[in-house]
Amino acid sequence: MKVIYGVARPDAGTILWEGKPEVVGSPAYARRLGIGMVFQHFSVFPALTVLENILLLSPKGTRRQELAARISELSQEYGLPVNPDATVGMLSVGERQRVEIVRCLLQEPKLLILDEPTSVLTPQAIQELFVMLTRLADAGHSILYISHKLHEIRQLCDTATILRHGKVVATVDPRQETDASLAHHMLGTLVPSLSKGTSAESGAQRLIVESLSRRAETVHGVDLENINLTVFGGEILGIAGITGNGQAELLEAVSGEWQSPSARNVCIDGTAAARLGVTRRRRLGLVYIPEERLGQGSVPGMSLVKNGLLTVQVGKFVRWGVIRMDAVRQFASKCIEEFDVRPATYAISAEALSGGNLQKFIVGRELLQAPGVVVAAQPTWGLDVGAAQSIRQILLKLRASGVAILVISEDLDELLELCDRIAVMANGRISEARAVGETSIAEIGRLMSGEHEPVPANAAGA
Amino acid sequence: MAEINFIVILLIATVTAATPLMLASLGELVAERSGVLNLGVEGMMLVGASVAFAVAASSGSLLLGTVCGALAGALMSLVFAFLTLSCMANQVATGLALTIFGIGVSAYIGSGFTGVSLEVSGPLVVPFISDVTILGTFLLGLEPLTYVTIVLFFCVRWFLYKSRPGLMLRAVGDVPDAAHAIGFSVLGVRYLAVMFGGAMAGVAGAFLSVYYTPVWVENMTAGRGWIAVALVVFAAWNPTRIMFGALLFGGVTILQFHIQSANLGIPTQFLTMLPYAATIAVLVIISSDRARILLNTPASLAVPFRP
Amino acid sequence: MLFRIEPRAETSRFMKHAAPLLSALLAMAAGSLLFLFIGHDPAYAFYVFFIVPVSDLYGIGELCLKTSPILLCAIGLAIGFRANVWNIGAEGQLIAGAICGGGLALQLQAFDGIWVLPAMFVAGALGGMAWAAVAAFLRIRFNANEILVTLMLTYIAGLFLSYLVYGPWRSPTGFNWPESTALHEAARLPRLLAGTHLNLGFPIALVVACAAWLFIRHSYLAYQMEVGGKAIKAARYAGFGRHRMIWMGLLIGGACAGLAGVVEVAGTIGKLREVVSPGYGFAAIIVAYIGRLNPLGIVLASLLMALFYIGGEQAKVTLGVPSAITGIFQGTLLFFLLMSDLLISYKLKWTGFSTASGLSEPHGNG
Repeated sequence: MKVIYGVARPDAGTILWEGKPEVVGSPAYARRLGIGMVFQHFSVFPALTVLENILLLSPKGTRRQELAARISELSQEYGLPVNPDATVGMLSVGERQRVEIVRCLLQEPKLLILDEPTSVLTPQAIQELFVMLTRLADAGHSILYISHKLHEIRQLCDTATILRHGKVVATVDPRQETDASLAHHMLGTLVPSLSKGTSAESGAQRLIVESLSRRAETVHGVDLENINLTVFGGEILGIAGITGNGQAELLEAVSGEWQSPSARNVCIDGTAAARLGVTRRRRLGLVYIPEERLGQGSVPGMSLVKNGLLTVQVGKFVRWGVIRMDAVRQFASKCIEEFDVRPATYAISAEALSGGNLQKFIVGRELLQAPGVVVAAQPTWGLDVGAAQSIRQILLKLRASGVAILVISEDLDELLELCDRIAVMANGRISEARAVGETSIAEIGRLMSGEHEPVPANAAGA
Repeated sequence: MAEINFIVILLIATVTAATPLMLASLGELVAERSGVLNLGVEGMMLVGASVAFAVAASSGSLLLGTVCGALAGALMSLVFAFLTLSCMANQVATGLALTIFGIGVSAYIGSGFTGVSLEVSGPLVVPFISDVTILGTFLLGLEPLTYVTIVLFFCVRWFLYKSRPGLMLRAVGDVPDAAHAIGFSVLGVRYLAVMFGGAMAGVAGAFLSVYYTPVWVENMTAGRGWIAVALVVFAAWNPTRIMFGALLFGGVTILQFHIQSANLGIPTQFLTMLPYAATIAVLVIISSDRARILLNTPASLAVPFRP
Repeated sequence: MLFRIEPRAETSRFMKHAAPLLSALLAMAAGSLLFLFIGHDPAYAFYVFFIVPVSDLYGIGELCLKTSPILLCAIGLAIGFRANVWNIGAEGQLIAGAICGGGLALQLQAFDGIWVLPAMFVAGALGGMAWAAVAAFLRIRFNANEILVTLMLTYIAGLFLSYLVYGPWRSPTGFNWPESTALHEAARLPRLLAGTHLNLGFPIALVVACAAWLFIRHSYLAYQMEVGGKAIKAARYAGFGRHRMIWMGLLIGGACAGLAGVVEVAGTIGKLREVVSPGYGFAAIIVAYIGRLNPLGIVLASLLMALFYIGGEQAKVTLGVPSAITGIFQGTLLFFLLMSDLLISYKLKWTGFSTASGLSEPHGNG
């Protein structure tokens, strides 16, 4: 795909464009040929205005006024409202994608490439996007749609080519296939399904967040407004929502990286903890598995031994300010052994591990602290199927032992599979948690787009 | 009339003292807007100053000296660009190395020219401005290079906000990965921006050694390069505010000279401290508004880019 | 492009140690070109620069003498740099230490107890710390960039010292030179070796280097600071307070530089004068880097840097080249080090003359 758009060059082989072999040397050349691309991580510039973003890809000599006129014309034609003078950094993720699509369409492409366009959209916005794409296809544009969400492919596409490890494994008509058969092509082996087991019926309120509000520190941040949630022992509470709706701010407030002025905003096993720092909250039995594995959950350039020391209670490992290396080494070995981290050597540097193994090490390090409350952010993000499944299995095992688990994830399928109850975050607010059996994708989707009433202060945890 | 003349002289002195800061800051601004933090401004200014002085003293041409100063600054920044852009070296450390290197190189180049003085040209003669008016006196009193600086300011502003390459430069400084993905040469843009910054620092140095003093003294920039870096932060990466900031510092410098000559019994050392103390004060005032700094800082500043 | 830069799976330990040697060799090569360019035989020039100054005991004594302040400053800076605290103003903290230590000696001229010197060292360290503390406070309270603040403070410290030796502290018997009266015997560092100027400053610097080595290797605080330097988010996540690291980084750097100031005033110079350091505080930045922020490496690097200084002096006398050439060498060496650092995390792959360069990923989903 990068090759088609001219960002990377092929080592071998040719691309046929309208019957002729072409060497796509640069994205500019691809655009001249009539290829437009919408990237997974958008290639729009937050510091520039919508108009400037579009101007960047327009032919030389384009006048600003003319372009603004064409933008509004086009956005009406395809139902893509954008304000040319808005600064992109202030727009929502969906709006940014719209800017990117408008930018592509202005070049009147014959082929439009979309790379995982729905990963950041609400279910409703996805349906809007599909309507628009269908309209484009009807108008004679070719669309190359890249996604790992199989139901989207089945709903939208006329032909599907399945790649596995850089090789074409099949070309099929998706409308004739099922999710399972597509997955079979994609993964080769059948995916082991998760055994959920029953939850321990301990029922104690182990983590309570009550009436938490927080003002954003920067213009790009999100204000938290009256967050209430309770996680019981032996359950997994999931928080769904699109990244950037206050999840980062909530995580900081729960983990202790940010401290609230009012101590009762966060309670861990009955102790008012909102004014405590990270270390003292850990002592209360809270552990946190952060989203960023390298650089937050672990330190690149440090061995696993030293990374093992990152979050442990220092009492056992540090005496008079001096690190007891033997004890730390033992701890790292134990972690590697019990959680099957490969390669099984503690001398290796964190960045040399694969994402899955590093995540296993981090999860292991945290769980060996014998936690009462576990907070995990995007715990399987970017992992291969096998590693993701083993992480989920570990969390379920923990749930069975009576630990309270809070999972924040963008992956709705994962949450539905893993959680007992689900709440949704949007615009810095959180919805009331619902049991998984009593909710639907449609309802969650509606909540994700921010259409819900704030929960009354005393409704949760009462 | 005497008071007005005095004020005009003060203004001329302020604008003249501000000129090297304007030049160096505008150059650094362009580099930082592309996402490169070059802390070597002091070193590039010094090399620019020594080369310009050496060439001007040997050839007798101030203009040739200034041009060579600019080239020398650009050459210095090319070293920086190669290390930070092609070799992905840490920008902070490389900038410091550039300054240390520049101090050495300039001292070496200038070592034969200590004590030499330059033939100074008279002020610019503009035939249609009568020197009777206050404005005329003011305009005639400025150095030609100050006019060039003001023209350059308008050029930089137009370039950044109105021109297409300027838009590209801001895009590169904002999200280099996206700029790369849509087919811009991130490194190319950054090389040019850094070299523009170097050339501007070189001219700033040339202004000091060839027009302002005009002698060569080791370390003659006396921290002006660092003040120029601070000015960019102070101005929140906005060229217009840089001009005001530079005038403010020019004013502080001139104020200090005047208090000194007024003989109020304050030791000269304390007066000489003023611009440095002012820099700290300004940094403290500006930086304490974290949100504003975060909002205006080019998003990719000092982050290496690997295509 | 003939070379392609590819990331290594793991940073290369070999390159980490080989890079300084490689850069020293490259800097030598560049130096040879420079000497050729200005018309000297490079071999002879290097002989004058690096061998002649240390060919006798006196020379070695001078080398160690010059090493002491550089080593002290560099050790302190390295501890800060490890935590990403950019203290660039060791020169100013050195001056502050010299003012405090030397000033105390001037007040204690009537006393000649053995405690005078230790008291001077304490005063000097406190002076350096106080000067660095200004930057730490402004950084934490107002978010003011410590690079710029420590630098500006260096200029201010230099001017303040200049004021003192031109004004209140000027020696009445010094023929109006801008310098203080000479320090009395009890305030001078004792000589160690007859026939040299070597004084107690050098062992003191070595002891500080050893202490720093132990601190970095074994202490939890140094570990926390290193985490803060390598991954600021991880430090936040682990609950290591950033403020404490900024304080520690700057205070340790200030204390060491302050000690260096006292070593200069009580040792080599023997009085306060307008210039107490020819840029040791700045050279220390280079030394800290070339020594890989590791005390052992820093000891070696500061010996090398001291050799640059006295070699520069020697070359000025023997070859008639300006001593500024020392600065050029310093800068060049650091440039080559920064360049060869690339090889620690990346490898260069020869791609030949004909094949197309650039990274290519044949499959989709990238």
